[in-house]
Amino acid sequence: MVRKILSRLAQYGFTLLAASFLLFTLTEFSPGTVASKILGPYALENQVALLNAQLGLDEPLLHRYVDWLQTLVGLSPNLLPEAAPGLGLSDPRGDKYFGNFGYSLMMKEPVLDVLADRIGHTAWLSAWALGLTIPISLLLGTLAGMHAGSSVDRVISTVTVTLTSLPEFVVAVGLLLIFVASLGWLPGTSSLQPGDQWSTGAQLVLPVTVLLIASGAYLTRIVRASVAETMQADYVRTARLKGLSPRRVIWAHVLRNAMIAPITVILLQVNWILTGVVVVEAIFAYPGLGSLMLRAALFGDIFTVQALTMLALSVALITQFLGDVAYAILDPRIRVD
Amino acid sequence: MSILQIESLCVAYDGAEVVRGFDLTLKEGESYGLVGESGCGKSTVAFAVEGHLAATGKVTSGSITVNGTALTKIAEPQLRRLRAAHMSMVFQDPVAALNPTMRIGDQLAEAAREPADILPIMDRVRLPDPEALLKRYPHQLSGGQLQRVVIAMALLSRPSLLILDEPTTGLDVTVEAEVVALISEIAAAEDVALLYISHNLGLMARVADRIGIMYAGQLVEEGPVRSVLRSPKHPYTLALLACLPGRKDRAPGTPLPSIPGQVPLIGALPRGCAFAPRCAMSKPGLCDVDPPLRMVQTGTDHFARCRRLEDQPPMSKEQQTPPTRDLRAHDTVLEIDGLRKTFGRRGLFAPPPVVASDDVGFTLPAAQTLALVGESGSGKSTLARMLIGLDVADKGTAMFDGKNIAALPAKDRPDSLIRQIQMVFQNPDGTLNPAHRIGFILARALKRAGQPHGEQDVIRLLDSVRLPATLADRHPADLSGGQRQRVAIARAFAGSPALIVADEPVSALDVSVQAAVIGLLSDMTAAHDTAILLISHDLMLVRHVAQHVVVLYQGRVMEQGPADAVFKAPFHPYTEALLASVHPPDPDHVVSPLDAPDDPGPSPQDGCPFYNRCHRRLPQCSAMPPPKRDAGTGHAILCHRELQDLVPPERT
Repeated sequence: MVRKILSRLAQYGFTLLAASFLLFTLTEFSPGTVASKILGPYALENQVALLNAQLGLDEPLLHRYVDWLQTLVGLSPNLLPEAAPGLGLSDPRGDKYFGNFGYSLMMKEPVLDVLADRIGHTAWLSAWALGLTIPISLLLGTLAGMHAGSSVDRVISTVTVTLTSLPEFVVAVGLLLIFVASLGWLPGTSSLQPGDQWSTGAQLVLPVTVLLIASGAYLTRIVRASVAETMQADYVRTARLKGLSPRRVIWAHVLRNAMIAPITVILLQVNWILTGVVVVEAIFAYPGLGSLMLRAALFGDIFTVQALTMLALSVALITQFLGDVAYAILDPRIRVD
Repeated sequence: MSILQIESLCVAYDGAEVVRGFDLTLKEGESYGLVGESGCGKSTVAFAVEGHLAATGKVTSGSITVNGTALTKIAEPQLRRLRAAHMSMVFQDPVAALNPTMRIGDQLAEAAREPADILPIMDRVRLPDPEALLKRYPHQLSGGQLQRVVIAMALLSRPSLLILDEPTTGLDVTVEAEVVALISEIAAAEDVALLYISHNLGLMARVADRIGIMYAGQLVEEGPVRSVLRSPKHPYTLALLACLPGRKDRAPGTPLPSIPGQVPLIGALPRGCAFAPRCAMSKPGLCDVDPPLRMVQTGTDHFARCRRLEDQPPMSKEQQTPPTRDLRAHDTVLEIDGLRKTFGRRGLFAPPPVVASDDVGFTLPAAQTLALVGESGSGKSTLARMLIGLDVADKGTAMFDGKNIAALPAKDRPDSLIRQIQMVFQNPDGTLNPAHRIGFILARALKRAGQPHGEQDVIRLLDSVRLPATLADRHPADLSGGQRQRVAIARAFAGSPALIVADEPVSALDVSVQAAVIGLLSDMTAAHDTAILLISHDLMLVRHVAQHVVVLYQGRVMEQGPADAVFKAPFHPYTEALLASVHPPDPDHVVSPLDAPDDPGPSPQDGCPFYNRCHRRLPQCSAMPPPKRDAGTGHAILCHRELQDLVPPERT
């Protein structure tokens, strides 16, 4: 078991490395170079060449990648503040530390500082969204799947099918029209500025609700399908014919088996809510990672985009690992002694 | 006292009746066998007794009484108490019947009336090391062990009624024999009433006191097992018995009779006798008119539902002249020598590899049938997979058409070679793409085989497997199991291959259809000059159709030779054990148990792999590989015993 976990972790390390190389290569092809971003569109060619040389950007790709990686893990310093003194870049942590993604060209700040506030906001939003989505979908999905074909099932299925087919922005706009424009109960933006007239809780209600609807409706359907299928299994029939009570049949025989298949979907939702909530954050002007990603990408803030992508990758790998562990806990067939 | 009483039971699915006026009385300690083709309503009766019909199913009239409680009148909680305390059910597939994520012990505990019963009952069903087993999960046990667990579970509630729905289908013959003996022994000791549901007449002959033959939702014949199987009265019973291969009065190779047509669909019953359209005895104006037939007494406690009982011919005893078997020297189509295949990871810490085939060698003459027999795990399927290139051998040769194909994977085989070796699988449902029409499937097979593949060619191919041309427009789901297997055979024969590997081609089919499919396979073989490598666990079937037999145990050939010789003494002890497990549909068949040891440990490294289970073992068997003994005419036995010691004593 320990061997299996270690080898899995080694695999993840390799995946992260390979992905970082791909990411680095891809950003090479993004429009506009670092130098032209710093010097502006009217820079002379020899100015650009000089900056490129100072930053080591005229070296071959692989060489630059290794440089980037060394800076990232804190082996070599970030050369940008020296090369472009006009930008006034400085980093209180020094120029060599682990996780040095460089500077956000958009904010003129170290990328880590830019991320720091945002991560907190995203974590807050995610915690609420996931904390509601997962239990509610498991509950509704199980309820519908247990009574497949009944009126409870039909109501839950119809509602969830309708909700999954609505894009997030439609749901968001609809809720805005009702609760902000008509009723005026809730704020239309959730920028979490200090001194806002709305409390943080009130600002969170709408974004969390949109995420709950978008993610929960889908998850409910997946759980429903899995529970309904498990209800048909021979061993559930065996359990019933033993004379067990319906409650015992569901708890002891159906749930654990029915949860195996939806794990992947649950973790994909976790993944998405943690790092991919671009639309919802943009609509509500929520200062999380998703809206940062959007702005950084539009600005061409290469270093921020790189950092966000690496973060998303790590989250994906961690949820993947949790998924494997959860599978092993739930399903004895894939445990290896 | 009667444990189970069913009176004029009618069950309908969505308003269509599948059980029509079914009566049954089962006394304490009695064993009743319910027989019939699939779709006759046998299982519906069982589920009605358990109060567990599908959502669309409903008992429309009649009554079921278990231990004095009228089942049709009680509410859910009472029904649960009845299930928990008075009846249990054992199903066909023990792997599916147990919860894969729950320990065996927990699953047993749920069913137990007294927790203290668990360990003793595990002993009674002869599960080794019960304490350790309780902590295991189902996937860590073999099929035979799982079925014992299921039986133990069923007995733990100390039921007075045990329903067994095809309890041994899917188990090896040797395991089947043990499991069945075990059930009978325990049932007799505890006075449990048994309701067996099976299509297997041999099994019924062994276990049942009374049997009922069911057709289209009704009993058509019922009586003491001896009376029904010895002097069957209803044409359906006669026909079912006639379909079985391996009857003593029929020489190997003679065509097996089959029952034409199929069980009528729900809601599409003919007038009068439901069996009339398929019955050789039916008489227009008598059998196909209302009113419905009644059960008529035809002997002591023996009833049948037929209008022509007086006109019945006695059970046919015609001795057909056996077809002369063509054993002349033929060209060899396949020559296997020293074939070895192991599975498992290689590496420093890897467990020792599993040997699936070891030093396997035999030759298959053109246009003949060679059967591979052995229990599950004997390496039959691995061998088949190597021949069609799904696996590659580690060592050894398989010469086909002048080429060694043993280590040639399918992707490297030229089309011409792939066309020459085709395969027919056990489960036709899985081999035909459900999204395509039959016509398309066959046209593509013809095209792949480089044959003309127009509409007429497809119709001709369908005709060659005796299917109507109209089926070309249907999808596989619209066909019956037998029809699907015919399509699979047609597909395999599309390019007139030299060799067909048939892996349990009829074991998923009803006996009535089996015979027809086997007959078809033989005819096709003759017409196309194709050799068949038949993989089967059904020894009676093998004896009937194969000219050559190779007996495998744990990947090694234990005995091989012409079928006639292999099925006669001298036997390899393993062959003898396999044959001893076969039970013909004859209630007077004496099972003479072999005095076999059962060492659970691994088979000896250097000695005979069968050592652990051999009833004729000698001390040297565990130390040295057995020598090959020549019994003449290509008949070889791998055993330390002399040939004359391998002849079982005459049964008296």
